[in-house]
Amino acid sequence: MKQHDIQLDKDGMLRHFLTIEGLKKQMLVDILDHAENFSSVSIRQAKKVPLLRGKTIANLFFEASTRTRTTFELAAKRLSADVLNININTSATSKGESLLDMLHNLESMQVDMFVVRHHSSGAAHFIAQHVAPHISVINAGDGRHAHPTQAMLDMFTIRRHKEDFTKLTVAIVGDIMHSRVARSQIHALNTLGVPEIRVIGPQTIIPKEAAHLGVHVYHDMHQGLQNADVIIMLRLQRERMEGALLPSEHEYFHMFGLTEEKLKLAKPDAIVMHPGPINRGVEIESSVADGPQSVILEQVTHGISVRMAVMSMALGRSSLTDGGQS
Amino acid sequence: MTERQQSKDLDTPALLDTLSSELRNLLKSRNIENPVMIGIHTGGVWVAKELHKSLNIEQPLGTLNITFYRDDFTRIGMHPQVQPSNLPFNIDDQHIILVDDVLHTGRTIRAALNEIFDFGRPASVILAVLVERGCRELPISADVAAAEITLDENQHIKLSCDEENGSTLKLSIEEAQ
Repeated sequence: MKQHDIQLDKDGMLRHFLTIEGLKKQMLVDILDHAENFSSVSIRQAKKVPLLRGKTIANLFFEASTRTRTTFELAAKRLSADVLNININTSATSKGESLLDMLHNLESMQVDMFVVRHHSSGAAHFIAQHVAPHISVINAGDGRHAHPTQAMLDMFTIRRHKEDFTKLTVAIVGDIMHSRVARSQIHALNTLGVPEIRVIGPQTIIPKEAAHLGVHVYHDMHQGLQNADVIIMLRLQRERMEGALLPSEHEYFHMFGLTEEKLKLAKPDAIVMHPGPINRGVEIESSVADGPQSVILEQVTHGISVRMAVMSMALGRSSLTDGGQS
Repeated sequence: MTERQQSKDLDTPALLDTLSSELRNLLKSRNIENPVMIGIHTGGVWVAKELHKSLNIEQPLGTLNITFYRDDFTRIGMHPQVQPSNLPFNIDDQHIILVDDVLHTGRTIRAALNEIFDFGRPASVILAVLVERGCRELPISADVAAAEITLDENQHIKLSCDEENGSTLKLSIEEAQ
């Protein structure tokens, strides 16, 4: 349980944002409410507020990302923070410097927050355990473990379209086993009280313990999509084909790709989501991705507001200035 | 409760009338014909709604939530939610009437001015408040105020809105004993 407690400071405020697991419903609702307020900033002429002026945020991306890194950077800049993008491939870690040495160097430059993406599960936790007491760590995706800001921007998008989480049927389709996005979404949906969460995909890429997460498992799209309010498509990682977990792309599309025809099985006002990047013609048909029920590009916009909310909550805690650091 | 609270109500409708007529005179003396009005959440918006009506201002009322501009953010963190700012008009070259309920330290007004200037460059800003009380910490003063009140340390002034009763406003001085 220690793993979860590390996210909160002594006053119960959000210090690190590493995983949805273990956070209370009210905390998630607070993030969504703050994000709602921040969304007004991005539609102004001057898309900037001075909230985090003088704070320094370092983006540490050990794994490639365009959307997530860019929206974290924009979020920080719209809050007036200074942003460092550390390019790991050309940084000293590739010359043999250890991760902790690199962190301590950045700490010496008075960095206030690390935004971390790493291919190893648990990387953000590890960093959070070793940083100086005033520093916050945000997990921007670690291995197969968690991607909490993605899950929260998805919750934000759902809340914009659907009034009440406690009346929804949400279907997540694709490679659940390797998806940190799906794992975080399931925790968030459960915490927010969604009564019916379904995961749909071939047996080989749905983890056996899925049922313990409080979800219903389907291996058939036609059953799984019935009456869904929200359909979340996951990206099919092409490298899984080589691992013999999946048949050909063509066959996968035939069975689990979201087409206009299959979309009709869901409720008429169902929304279609995808964390991106999308593989057109593999997990989703172009006409659905670009269709009237798709909210995929909205998700990107909301990602900025949600990341602004999380960053300002973590860096605006009273325990940072009263000397009582947790 | 170990602390008793004494409360004294002020004649709020009369104060609103005074504010409205003083504001009208000021606009006349400055030859301002089509001002826009912005209220500061939450009490300032209540007062602004009344003034907006009594002055027959054409443009819709703007509202400001200065949370993102507070100077004590790193000390007190994110505030409980109020409505986000909404300025449904172009700020540039407008004569603005900025409205708040009570002018105290001046810090809220500083934050509000900063926020307004992030939306554009107004021609002028007039500050109208229902009540001016002492203890200014910044060089800011009201252009119009319906009353000036000096309070003891254990007293504070509070505007409330009875939304079930036609949004009647009530200004009262509360005293902790």
